[in-house]
Amino acid sequence: MTEFATQTLTDRACRLIVDGDMTIYNALEVKQQLVAAVRATALLELDLSHVSEMDTAGFQLLIMAKQESQRLDRTLRITAHSDPVREIIEFYNMGAFFGDPVVIPAGEGA
Amino acid sequence: MDEIYSVYAQEAREQLTELEGGLLRMEQGDRNPETINAIFRSAHTIKGASGVVELTHIEKFTHILENLLDKLRNNEIEVSSDLITALLGGCDHLDALLIRVEEGHLDADDGLQASGAAVAEGLRRFTEDGEPEQPALPEATSADVERDDSGTAMTDCWHISVRFGQNVLRNGMDPIAFLRYLLSLGEIVHMTTLPDAMPEADAMDAEACYLGFEINFRSHADKAAIERVFDFVRDDCDLHILPPNSKLSDYLELIDALPEESLRLGEILVRSGAVTREELDEGLSYQKTSETLAARVAEEEGLPPPSPQPLGEILVKQHVVQPEIVEAAAAKQKQVADKKTSEARLIRVQADKLDHLIDLVGELVIAGASANLLAQKSGMATLVEATSIVSGLVENIRDSALQLRMVQIGETFNRFHRVVRDVSKELGKDIELVISGADTELDKSVVEKIGDPLMHLVRNAMDHGIESAEVREAQGKPGQGRVALNAYHDSGSIVIEVVDDGGGLNRERILNKAIEKGIVQPGQSLSDHEIHNLIFEAGFSTADKVTNLSGRGVGMDVVKKNIQALRGTVEVTTEAGKGSRFVIRLPLTLAIIDGFLVGVDKSSYVIPLDMVVECLELQGISEEHNYLNLRGEVLPFVRLRELFEIAGEPPARENVVVVRSGTLKAGIVVDVLQGEFQTVIKPLAAIFRNLRGIGGSTILGTGDVALILDVQALTQLAVNTEERATSANRF
Repeated sequence: MTEFATQTLTDRACRLIVDGDMTIYNALEVKQQLVAAVRATALLELDLSHVSEMDTAGFQLLIMAKQESQRLDRTLRITAHSDPVREIIEFYNMGAFFGDPVVIPAGEGA
Repeated sequence: MDEIYSVYAQEAREQLTELEGGLLRMEQGDRNPETINAIFRSAHTIKGASGVVELTHIEKFTHILENLLDKLRNNEIEVSSDLITALLGGCDHLDALLIRVEEGHLDADDGLQASGAAVAEGLRRFTEDGEPEQPALPEATSADVERDDSGTAMTDCWHISVRFGQNVLRNGMDPIAFLRYLLSLGEIVHMTTLPDAMPEADAMDAEACYLGFEINFRSHADKAAIERVFDFVRDDCDLHILPPNSKLSDYLELIDALPEESLRLGEILVRSGAVTREELDEGLSYQKTSETLAARVAEEEGLPPPSPQPLGEILVKQHVVQPEIVEAAAAKQKQVADKKTSEARLIRVQADKLDHLIDLVGELVIAGASANLLAQKSGMATLVEATSIVSGLVENIRDSALQLRMVQIGETFNRFHRVVRDVSKELGKDIELVISGADTELDKSVVEKIGDPLMHLVRNAMDHGIESAEVREAQGKPGQGRVALNAYHDSGSIVIEVVDDGGGLNRERILNKAIEKGIVQPGQSLSDHEIHNLIFEAGFSTADKVTNLSGRGVGMDVVKKNIQALRGTVEVTTEAGKGSRFVIRLPLTLAIIDGFLVGVDKSSYVIPLDMVVECLELQGISEEHNYLNLRGEVLPFVRLRELFEIAGEPPARENVVVVRSGTLKAGIVVDVLQGEFQTVIKPLAAIFRNLRGIGGSTILGTGDVALILDVQALTQLAVNTEERATSANRF
């Protein structure tokens, strides 16, 4: 079972902690949580240090969240990665996509 | 037939039309590189689509065509009339293959295979022997050699392009598993993950796969082994594999095949492994600084800021990529943009859906008329007003619905470029085709049926009308003959003209022939106009020599019959030595017309309103005569009461509706005039087909049936009867 916890950092920033899997089996739920979190605040920090498993479906959701935050002109940062998360981002060679928003500016990637 | 094949055939045919049009333009001297690129793209698209639907025989054949076009594009062979003929032959064969697909056969029959082999042989001759035959082009050849040197790959890696289908994840497969398995065969040097296919958050399906990958892969495995990695998703992904040291043209093809839209040029280049990201970044920063510099300069001089220099140019200037790659990528970008705009403007609708809509609108018109009638009977002013607003709207809907079916005639006209080219080659005459009024619109069903008659007329004009170059020059005319197609709207109908500047019709020969065939009697007095129009009679042909184009005595009468089936007319006017003009007059639409309602006794009749000139009272005419004096003009008329043998006495006051059909005018005598009426034409059953004077039927608001008069037939009848009566009096 995957659990989501939200912490309010300031009045404009939030942190979302995901604890559990991000896979095809719960993709629908994770998507809703991520979209809601992105839309709720100007700056969202994602703490993925407790993600125990991530597959391509889960990885796609990260991309989706990132693109949505760019579309809305907001900021999304992944502040902590668990090993499975880091592995898949590195394997897909998408570190730059998440780390450096200059490479693919907003409104263009999608 | 499967829907996929019908969609395939339709799209392939559109590409084929473009291809053919481009070839014809090239033959006429169009050397624009964009033209040959467009031609090549069309062939390539057909090939790709054939591969997708697994019509391998078409794919193979198109491949041969494409090879030749590729050489043409690279200036390895010269454009020549022979070459274009061979290529057009290839188009014809493709067309034949497509027809066979449309008929539901997925393989070529023996005849087609044989002819296909012959055409392919003809095409190969150009690709193989083309260069040795043309040693006279040392410059072009040496340039090619140079390009071949630099045209080899810049990377020693395999290049794998893969786009996973949306169902991959749902089917329990994860792309990462395939890519990890790929690692067992070699080393992934560089991988770009493309999330471009992913829609916005709301539209995104969390369980669908949107990813694509561009992979530089170093391995000693062979292509089949790499392909096998993707075996499980083979049907559900789009896979391109380029071997190490591929030719540049292969990369160019790959760029063409990439599905991504609105990609920045640089991104495409990076992803196909042609430049590295660092080189791109350098190019980007160079672009930015030069942009800001230029903007500052412009600001100081009070000018608008200059448009940014395209990234591609910058990359080329810095010698980062070969110009061909930039060109291909730029062409793709432009294509994407073009496609987007045309997609936004056009939607495909199935024809029967449209027909259904028109049917419903037709019913709406009838129902509206009925409501109108009841409202008027009720005498409630508010109700009358409401229904009149409704009928106004219905009228607008009717017009827009009919507009939907309207297509420009230009497409039909453009087909004739090819016909004129081929026929003039066959006849050894130099003939140009001039098209005007291509944007004239008419009903789709009419357009579909007018092609054959037009074809006959154009062929006839070229075969019989236009003289040979020697004869023309002897007569002081330019050696090049001219056939013109023209279309325009005229009083509720559309007029299509086929005009040639040939020798014109020979009055004496037509008359002699007509007498010989027993079409007219010797001694019968006929006007020039009547004699010329004898060529539309059945069994008439004046060609002294029978060619395989025309002159078999079928033709003109078939043309006339086809046009009459569309409720149209065809006429010819001609001037000896100057040429002939065939004028086809067609109704704008076949479904709904504005009618004029008249009554005789208890029955109602509808006359198409476009043909009504005026109405007047019939007075002071004795029973025997069938003509009246209309402001000094003789106007023949028919009495509907007599013609349809309606019982009962005519009322004290009868009315004449003056109608015009083409150049003829006549009167129709009726009891009462009932005013304008929107008429939905219901065709008569086949049993009434030979009924003269009735064109169809309609249903009135009251539920009664009214017959629609065929004004053309009635006018003809009135004029003929009158002519007979007067000539009988004369002699």
